[in-house]
Amino acid sequence: MSQVLELSNKHALSVERLTMAFPHGDRLLLALQGATLEVKRGELVCVVGASGSGKSTLLNILAGLDRPTAGRAHVHGRVALMFQEAALLPWLTAAGNVELALELRGVRASQRRTIACELLNRVHLAGFEKRRPHELSGGMKQRVALARALAQDADVLLMDEPFAALDAITRDLLHEELVRIWNESGLTILFVTHNAREAVRLGDRVLVFTSRPGRVAQEIRVDLPRPRSLDSPELAVIAGRITDRLKHEMTPNGD
Amino acid sequence: MATEIATGFALPEISEAASPPHGAPALQVWRNVWPKVAAVGLALAAWQVVVWSGWKPDYVLPGPAAVLGRLAADLRHADFYVGVAITLRRALIGYAIAVAIGSAVGILVARVSLLRKAVGSAILGLQSMPSIAWFPLAILLFQLSEGAITFVVILGAAPAIAAGLLSGVDHVQPLLVRVGQVMGAKGLGLYRHVILPAAFPSFVGGLKQGWAFAWRSLMAGELLVIVNHQASLGQQLQFARDLADAEQLLALMIVIFAIGVAIDSLFGTLDRAIRQRWGLGGEV
Repeated sequence: MSQVLELSNKHALSVERLTMAFPHGDRLLLALQGATLEVKRGELVCVVGASGSGKSTLLNILAGLDRPTAGRAHVHGRVALMFQEAALLPWLTAAGNVELALELRGVRASQRRTIACELLNRVHLAGFEKRRPHELSGGMKQRVALARALAQDADVLLMDEPFAALDAITRDLLHEELVRIWNESGLTILFVTHNAREAVRLGDRVLVFTSRPGRVAQEIRVDLPRPRSLDSPELAVIAGRITDRLKHEMTPNGD
Repeated sequence: MATEIATGFALPEISEAASPPHGAPALQVWRNVWPKVAAVGLALAAWQVVVWSGWKPDYVLPGPAAVLGRLAADLRHADFYVGVAITLRRALIGYAIAVAIGSAVGILVARVSLLRKAVGSAILGLQSMPSIAWFPLAILLFQLSEGAITFVVILGAAPAIAAGLLSGVDHVQPLLVRVGQVMGAKGLGLYRHVILPAAFPSFVGGLKQGWAFAWRSLMAGELLVIVNHQASLGQQLQFARDLADAEQLLALMIVIFAIGVAIDSLFGTLDRAIRQRWGLGGEV
């Protein structure tokens, strides 16, 4: 018991021999098999894997949306999860979406509007409070989704390819903002992507996942100084190594 | 800076979409109205042609001029408005009860999977049951009374309303439900904050269809169930037939049709308002 407590004091989340199988026709499909990883408090860790490597499954289990078939996943504290789509509620305004997260967290009605405006300001959306989701661009929607995730006041933020559907410039800007917010808030972030450069740009560490079933194949510590640029040659070298590994994973006879 | 770029791209796009394409407001209204005016004109012309053809004598099928004249005369009579008021009161009471029952049943069936298995398909089946088939039973249960009419109006409308809500709940994007769960909404809270608002457009569809069924059931009821001293529209229609007063009969039919169209267009307005608010039917 004391060992577990010690772990959770240092770690924001820990995953042990996690296995997840989905029924697929008359067979079982293994999405994760024996995945083990740990993320320290305040760390920004990226998970890279090809599609079908169980990355999303991992986040869904950590967020408590799915139950694993075997193994343990433990998050110390509250979790927020951001999806690839912003998934804003279309009947609410930008501020309304953030306020709902505050309401469900138990924030008093009189304070919600003020806090929501502050959060939207933090993601550089001041003045867009009354806009409805369909009136916002893709990048702006993800900013609202980020503000909504921050409104949950979580200890751990799980991000499931949140910027994958955005154009390159918007994505680059959002990378900057995410790192800034992470620096300011001391959040722990687990960021899932299939883009090796994005992973190296953001992560303290990058975990490369094997293809179906998923587990950690390689761990890369990124010691590049921040702020990092997507175009820096050092970043490209590390990303290239990860991409090679991913290609190796995707070839049918690769181990 | 990030904001400036995002703002600069988004703002003109929105203001452009919000302004009307071109033309003054009056011209816009006319553009929407003239096809309808033309359709009414064509219908009246066709009617007049049939009358002129001499297919039926005048006292059985009078022409539009005679009927519209009679309608204008009716509109100057207090009796007419009393009749409309009685009919609308019945419609509103029956419909309001149907909305309450239909919504409650819809939510219960959506929530409880056993209920869903038991009565889910029965609700859809009830929708296709012609409401006039309920009248013999209604008359046995409530005699020739207001109660019999209300009973059938409710049975006509409630299944459609329940089915609309049920299908709305079924088609809520799973992603939105997950978002609600991640934000900590559970059970009824998840319904209140995510599932029911997401199901609202489909619910409005059910309300609209429920209204159509309620109105039909009510007309059938008023023709069959004559309550003393309640000269409702349906009853006046029946009297007009009994007296072979074809002008009055057709004038009343126009009124019944107009009320149906007017209320249907209210639902249409509500539906458009939702679509506009959501950005063309629920894009996320």
